[in-house]
Amino acid sequence: MSRLERILAIAAALFAVLAIALPLGIRGDAVVMSWTGVLSVAWPVLVLLLLALFTLKLPPLVSGLLAVAGGAVVLFELAQFDSAGWGYWALLATAWLVAWLFAERLSARLASGAERRRWLGMLVPTMFGLAVLVAWEAGTRGGNVPNVLLPAPSVIWARIVANLPILAADFQQTFLKAVLAGYAIGNGVGLLVAIAIDRSPFLKRGLLPIGSFVSALPLVGIAPIMVMWFGFDWPSKAAVVVLMTFFPMLVNAVAGLNVTVAMERDLMRSYASSYWQTLFKLRLPAAAPFIFNALKINSTLALIGAIVAEFFGTPVVGMGFRISTAVGRMDIDLVWAEIAVSALAGSVFYGVVALIERAVTFWHPSIRGGTT
Amino acid sequence: MTAVVSAKNLGLTFRTNDGDVVALSDVNLEVQPGEFVSFIGPSGCGKTTFLRVIADLEQPTSGTISVNGMTPEAARKSRSYGYVFQAPALFPWRTIEKNVALPLEIMGHSDAERKARIARTLELVNLTGFERKFPWQLSGGMQQRASIARALAFDADLLLMDEPFGALDEIVRDHLNSELLKLFAATKKTIAFVTHSIPEAVYLSTKIVVMSPRPGRVTDIIDSTLPAERPLEIRETPEFLEIAHRVREGLRAGHSYEQS
Repeated sequence: MSRLERILAIAAALFAVLAIALPLGIRGDAVVMSWTGVLSVAWPVLVLLLLALFTLKLPPLVSGLLAVAGGAVVLFELAQFDSAGWGYWALLATAWLVAWLFAERLSARLASGAERRRWLGMLVPTMFGLAVLVAWEAGTRGGNVPNVLLPAPSVIWARIVANLPILAADFQQTFLKAVLAGYAIGNGVGLLVAIAIDRSPFLKRGLLPIGSFVSALPLVGIAPIMVMWFGFDWPSKAAVVVLMTFFPMLVNAVAGLNVTVAMERDLMRSYASSYWQTLFKLRLPAAAPFIFNALKINSTLALIGAIVAEFFGTPVVGMGFRISTAVGRMDIDLVWAEIAVSALAGSVFYGVVALIERAVTFWHPSIRGGTT
Repeated sequence: MTAVVSAKNLGLTFRTNDGDVVALSDVNLEVQPGEFVSFIGPSGCGKTTFLRVIADLEQPTSGTISVNGMTPEAARKSRSYGYVFQAPALFPWRTIEKNVALPLEIMGHSDAERKARIARTLELVNLTGFERKFPWQLSGGMQQRASIARALAFDADLLLMDEPFGALDEIVRDHLNSELLKLFAATKKTIAFVTHSIPEAVYLSTKIVVMSPRPGRVTDIIDSTLPAERPLEIRETPEFLEIAHRVREGLRAGHSYEQS
């Protein structure tokens, strides 16, 4: 048991005592104490008992179950009072510390090789995500934070479920049309221009500066102009995405096309290989790690670009349009619902690109985990 | 019979920011079909540069050179040589068989032809069974053997080898040397081999070209008297030691007017 784990366990025990002793909250005029309900006293007592029984040597999975139970109790207790007292925050702190202890112990076991079931490693980020959601829910509802400042996750979720058709239409307009089309064109053109630049020194001097010039243009200036050129619907957003994704791909691809070493180029020359044969058999495969770097950077850039571009003229659908109008109506729940959808879409998009990268550049030392 | 390589008064001067560097000066040499010619000398003597001139990877600045009766450029374009570099230079995204297939793909051989040649050349270098492995899954010696297979795959008559075993340890090197001799006997190719190891040069060659630096030039050409059949033990015979001695003398002569 490491020093950190000992500190976490002792702190958890201290907060458990505080959670039992201090008032949980106020309901009407009455003070709610932990012993008013069964769960609110049972769980901290259980924490104390287990920590004492195992003298700080809780098996990781027991502390994991304990943390999950703690999170459930924290959420359940929200319904028991109108505003939270110090006991409730101590309860939340206890649950957080027990979850932390679990993550710490599990990662230590995984790192030392004592635990062979690698999938258990997924539990650590999952537990962290759950802990953040529970703390968010408890903090906003227990602390009576106004919805305009920060709605609780449950409120956002309810909003998502209630507005599924709207969110789906926005997602289709912004992501499936503007983002995907712009992403494909921007990356494609970036790669082709990189090859053209590589082919001709004249273009290298001419096009690369123009590329950096385009990338330096401010998004808020470009978006309205694109609306003038390509109309209110998604093509103008796709055009903004093209401009945003073009340059990262150009720079990365130009760098990637130059990573081959002299010996590899001499080898191709000794076969009297043509320019295109060398490009497709040597230089593009060698550039793949760079190209995927750009694809990953662009996967998130594209979404940001499309959403912001919708602030400058759009039909009455789209994630950016919805956010800007919902803010105007102080409908912050809907803004958060759109943010949740875009965060999910962005993460999945990035994840898919990263998975393809692993499959394509399996040979690269950074992925196969070897040297040279 | 035309010489495979014929150089007359060949010279090559590199222009660098520090002034001109004479890499080759007045080199005269003929390599006949079926010869195993080693180029030996200290670094900077131009042995690699000479090999690269044959391969049309460097352009001479004076004199003439022909490869199979053509200019080096025409010879390269008609794919008349295979080149083995100091490092394997295998592509990590290709399996061993795909790496050997690389020149065949570029030269447009049919699928069936490719398969047959891959199987044959991998067998020649004793790599049968490793077709589906990636280069980074093999040892350094196996990687270099795969790169030799790649150079052999398209059946050029001339094999240019630039210190192919320089990075390998001596035990692996001995082994690969005797395998290379077997391969030489089996394929009847002409081999030009750059090395800085005297035993390696004497053991392998039918002709040894001794070179010296500043400026890079040929100081001695020794025809080997060793028999074609050469077990590793031949390296302890008086005949072998005598040739080695003459190579050493040639190397020393090249250094004689230096201050060191």
